[in-house]
Amino acid sequence: MNFKRKDLLGIEDLSKEEILFILETTKSFREILERPIKKVPTLRGRTVVNLFFEVSTRTRMSFELAEKRLNADVLNFSATSSSLAKGETLLDTVKNILAMKVDCFVLRHPVPGTPHLLARELPVPIINAGDGAHEHPTQALLDIYTIQERKKRIEGLKVAIIGDITHSRVARSNIWGLSKLGAEVRVCGPPTLIPPLIEEMGVEIFYLPEDALREVDIVMMLRIQKERQDEGFLPSISEYIEFFSLTEDRLSLAREDVLVMHPGPVNRGVELPARIADGKRSVILDQVVNGVAVRMAVLYLLLAKR
Amino acid sequence: MAKLMDKEEIRRVLSRLSHQILEKDKEVKDLVIVGIQRRGVPLAERISGMIERMEGKKLDTGILDITLYRDDLTQIAHQPIVRNTHIPFPIDNKRVVLIDDVLYTGRTVRAAIDVLIDFGRPRKIELAVLVDRGHRELPIRADFVGKNIPTASEEMVEVKLEEVDGRDEVLLLKRG
Repeated sequence: MNFKRKDLLGIEDLSKEEILFILETTKSFREILERPIKKVPTLRGRTVVNLFFEVSTRTRMSFELAEKRLNADVLNFSATSSSLAKGETLLDTVKNILAMKVDCFVLRHPVPGTPHLLARELPVPIINAGDGAHEHPTQALLDIYTIQERKKRIEGLKVAIIGDITHSRVARSNIWGLSKLGAEVRVCGPPTLIPPLIEEMGVEIFYLPEDALREVDIVMMLRIQKERQDEGFLPSISEYIEFFSLTEDRLSLAREDVLVMHPGPVNRGVELPARIADGKRSVILDQVVNGVAVRMAVLYLLLAKR
Repeated sequence: MAKLMDKEEIRRVLSRLSHQILEKDKEVKDLVIVGIQRRGVPLAERISGMIERMEGKKLDTGILDITLYRDDLTQIAHQPIVRNTHIPFPIDNKRVVLIDDVLYTGRTVRAAIDVLIDFGRPRKIELAVLVDRGHRELPIRADFVGKNIPTASEEMVEVKLEEVDGRDEVLLLKRG
């Protein structure tokens, strides 16, 4: 198939075929990361701008590495040190950068829909690296790639996503992607962190991990955003740990060959204990390396053409 | 449309190429074979098998895809499918014989050499092709040629192979 899109804004608007095509393309890029020289000349002469309006380590470095592995030139922009602080609007800033002849923007922004706005206004590809609690498409693609790499399939798998569903773009993108590929997705968390109407996305809701984990093939733990502690969603972190942390006992309810995933950064001892995060069922570091390959595939599909 | 080679002729030509590859450098210890995606891959496997039968030694045989090294990625409307590259053995100080079906402009071979060099530093890189149809755009030549077929630029040489296409033959077609 031909991947005809200009942008990658979310998983919701991708077809099953498009998702499978990106995953298939990722395989070829994954191999490059095992070579002695982990770099190909594909995007020579192209310039990619990473626009990050939220703090990020993993995603920003992963994108930057993917761009460099493809030989693109990279510009990094962080909101705090920019002229946005002087009152310039986002669109003006971006159009000014574009006037310097760049070829693509990777955008992380706290307001949902911001990448979509840029995609409408600009003639170059926009890649959504996370927009508020809306979508984080490359994270879902790397998660699904990691599952497929281990399980050789997605269809029919039972996946439990546990934690703060309300504020999680990772959960939303994964729900779209996994459901399109035929997995059965469950979400689990305290009622305050389960958004209303989430069942309309085709997921089953659980309030106890003991119920959600039964017979699952995959468990995805979401980060508890400690910075939201003051907003009254949780009585306390210790109460969350008591009821939702992934203990050995709880994990034993899942299938024996269960994979434990986490998009990072992990709060050790909160979402899961160190022993499980570093244990043999954990694929957390596979997710990280696959993230670079997925982003290389996406950049290739959007940029390696006229 | 004209048939330039049939199944039997392809087999004979590959057998001759295998002999020539061996003859040129009788030591097979350092010899590795790498097929260029897509139809170079089954050809590489066949040649590797023939050499194995002659010498009683299994050769390291790899697969190489040149898509990410193409020089026309800024000129085409849709990006080509990236196929897999699989060279799971060291090529440093090895004699690498690249295998492809048709040698034409030489641009694929240029890209393939660049890929190989990113995997290591072979002692020597050689090229074996089933068909050389001329019209080089780069200073590249093959070390081993199955068949020289002079063509006009509006013609196309199509190689069909059992493993990919279900039959073995080489055809000459008019473009368009």
